[in-house]
Amino acid sequence: MRSATQKFKTAARSWAGLLLAGGCITFAQAQQSITVAAYPAVDEIAKAAVAQWKKKYPTVEVKVVSRAFADHHTAMTTALSTSSNLPDVMVVEFGYVARFAEGGGLEDLGIAPYGIKAQQARFVPFAFRQATAASGAVVAVPADIGPGTLLYRTDILKKAGVSEAELAQSWDAYVAAGVKIKAATGAYLVAHARDVKDIVIRSDIKPGEGLYIDAKGRVLVDSPRFVRAFELAKKVRDGKLDGKINAWSNEWSEGFKRGTIATQMSGAWLAGHLNNWLAPDTKGLWRASQLPEKAWGSWGGSFYAIPKGAKNKALAWDFIQMMTLDPQMQLSAFKSQDAFPALVDVHNDAFFDQPIEFLGGQKARLLWREASRKINAVDVHKLDPIAEEIINTEMDKVLDQGKDVRTALADAKALLERRVKR
Amino acid sequence: MSSRPVFRLSPTSVPYVLLSPFVLLFLVFGVFPLCFSFYLAFQTWEPTAGLASMKFVGLDNFAFAITDEWFWKSLKNTAWLALASGVPQHLIAIPLAYFIHTSFKRTRNAVIGAYFLPYITSTVAIAMMFSTLFSTDYGLINLSLRSLSNLPVLGGLFPVDPIDWLNRAENVKPAVALVVFWRYVGFNTVLYLAALQTIPKDIYEAATMDGAGRWQQFWFITLPSLKPMIYFGVTLSVVGGLQLFEEPFILTGGRGGTDQAGMTTAMYMYRTAFEFNDFGAASALSWLLFVFVALLTWLTNRAFKPRGPSA
Repeated sequence: MRSATQKFKTAARSWAGLLLAGGCITFAQAQQSITVAAYPAVDEIAKAAVAQWKKKYPTVEVKVVSRAFADHHTAMTTALSTSSNLPDVMVVEFGYVARFAEGGGLEDLGIAPYGIKAQQARFVPFAFRQATAASGAVVAVPADIGPGTLLYRTDILKKAGVSEAELAQSWDAYVAAGVKIKAATGAYLVAHARDVKDIVIRSDIKPGEGLYIDAKGRVLVDSPRFVRAFELAKKVRDGKLDGKINAWSNEWSEGFKRGTIATQMSGAWLAGHLNNWLAPDTKGLWRASQLPEKAWGSWGGSFYAIPKGAKNKALAWDFIQMMTLDPQMQLSAFKSQDAFPALVDVHNDAFFDQPIEFLGGQKARLLWREASRKINAVDVHKLDPIAEEIINTEMDKVLDQGKDVRTALADAKALLERRVKR
Repeated sequence: MSSRPVFRLSPTSVPYVLLSPFVLLFLVFGVFPLCFSFYLAFQTWEPTAGLASMKFVGLDNFAFAITDEWFWKSLKNTAWLALASGVPQHLIAIPLAYFIHTSFKRTRNAVIGAYFLPYITSTVAIAMMFSTLFSTDYGLINLSLRSLSNLPVLGGLFPVDPIDWLNRAENVKPAVALVVFWRYVGFNTVLYLAALQTIPKDIYEAATMDGAGRWQQFWFITLPSLKPMIYFGVTLSVVGGLQLFEEPFILTGGRGGTDQAGMTTAMYMYRTAFEFNDFGAASALSWLLFVFVALLTWLTNRAFKPRGPSA
């Protein structure tokens, strides 16, 4: 009689055999291909590039693995943590670049054999800096950026007798315009008072200072820019100038469709979304201007990176170069998916001078181009996500429960310091 | 004639081979994550730096979690939601089951099916439907309230201004509790219906002979006979309620709503790991949550235990 363990081993062996056979098949298929892990709409851009890739590498397949935005970054975190199932090319969104850079799981593309540092001047400065880790390693190459502007409804402004100059001159003027708009038309100035806070805390950051925490681990959330941001947001809420509407909610798109939201601060891409699906019927009613008080800011952007555990690094690098350094590729992504090019080479293309129909024929791309040069890179800290949550929670308390601004920021500081000390 | 070779398992190994798919899956998706999270609870780990970056930190993660005010806030939210959605579930499900049991004959299954439907519907679909219903300016609930407030006499009872269901701290929890209640009340009704069918009819007949009314029969026969099923149902509600995740997660856009009023402990755990990148603390949180679940399950067990003559 065989023992129970032996029997179990036999069973395990037959299963292991099956698994091994499966693994070999996958390996055989993986010989002549590279995988690109991406989220919408970068996946579309990558797929569209395959035709050109095939001209150079007719036998190398490009597999674009597409996941929803949040799933993509969760999957990439898991892949990096276990160094398994890593793609050859990883698309990383703006907010995650620094976080992934910190972990050290991505190749330094600044040095040989890649040497992207030599091309630094060809990229929008803030985007390139965003991908540079504290150690000096360049962990990703920027592909598209989201230079921020203020979109506003001309018809609503006209009804309220507010001029663009009045709207964007300063934050106080912006809020004052909101009062007029509300009184004359009933429309909200902004979707959420938090939106104002988000941009004010990002303006006027000194170089090397960081958003919430500086390089030395000092918590900055009670500094004047936070006080001002909170007070402005409170003013917006107290004047009933915001709709308490979160971005990407049903109310948000309905607000745009019905014209109950007069302005929206956002990246350049929002005009495209409004035109394509959010509110196509409002064509011609929107215009863009620089953000109030010339607060230069950006919303989102995509980067290409190579994980250290990738199998086909040379091919991956070729693919990334095609996506980020090829002017034609950058322009076609801009034209098809509103992906504003991070490559400065193409910023003087005739396409930038063309009027945008949705914005009533305004040449808004020139505004976005101007903004892209002025935006500062903000140093990131690994505690930024939790810091943002702490600040937003205290913001809720100020807006909804009437908590004192300075008390709220002091509480936020205490909460955050506790995390920094861990 | 050619004889084909036949792959044959020896009779003694058949049970092991047949069991192995479950055992393997259970080991991979059950036992391994359990052990790994226990191990992680004592480590600090930067996940994007790979497995090698783990460092042993002893009880630091637990010390952090116990002194973390957000953890306690999330526990309070969870307890609130578990009570507000759990208690009514049973208080409604028992009489409802009794009513269906005694009053429906031919349409019984259809009625049960209707009540059971929410339980088997995808959570995402449910949460999306309810967020549409709860919408402040365009939601059906607020539109109905508004039209009710226009009624001549009763109108004064209803609010004129739209209620911000999902963006005001004091409204988030009731809204989430309502969805959870709606979803699981049918499940509990089915449980109690099954239990009702096992109560012998002759007990009721004897009670009728003794002159017991319908209410007395319910109170002295039905309810005591249902006790084992109540124990089972309440235990499921306690465990499920403390692990509540999907409904509040989707209804509040993953953040837990204004001032985190709808952030349950399971949500906080998830966010600590995948948003705040702190897998060690998240694992410690999960084990602390386990302690609470175990404790409350034990208490439920105590409360429903059949009492012996000595007790």
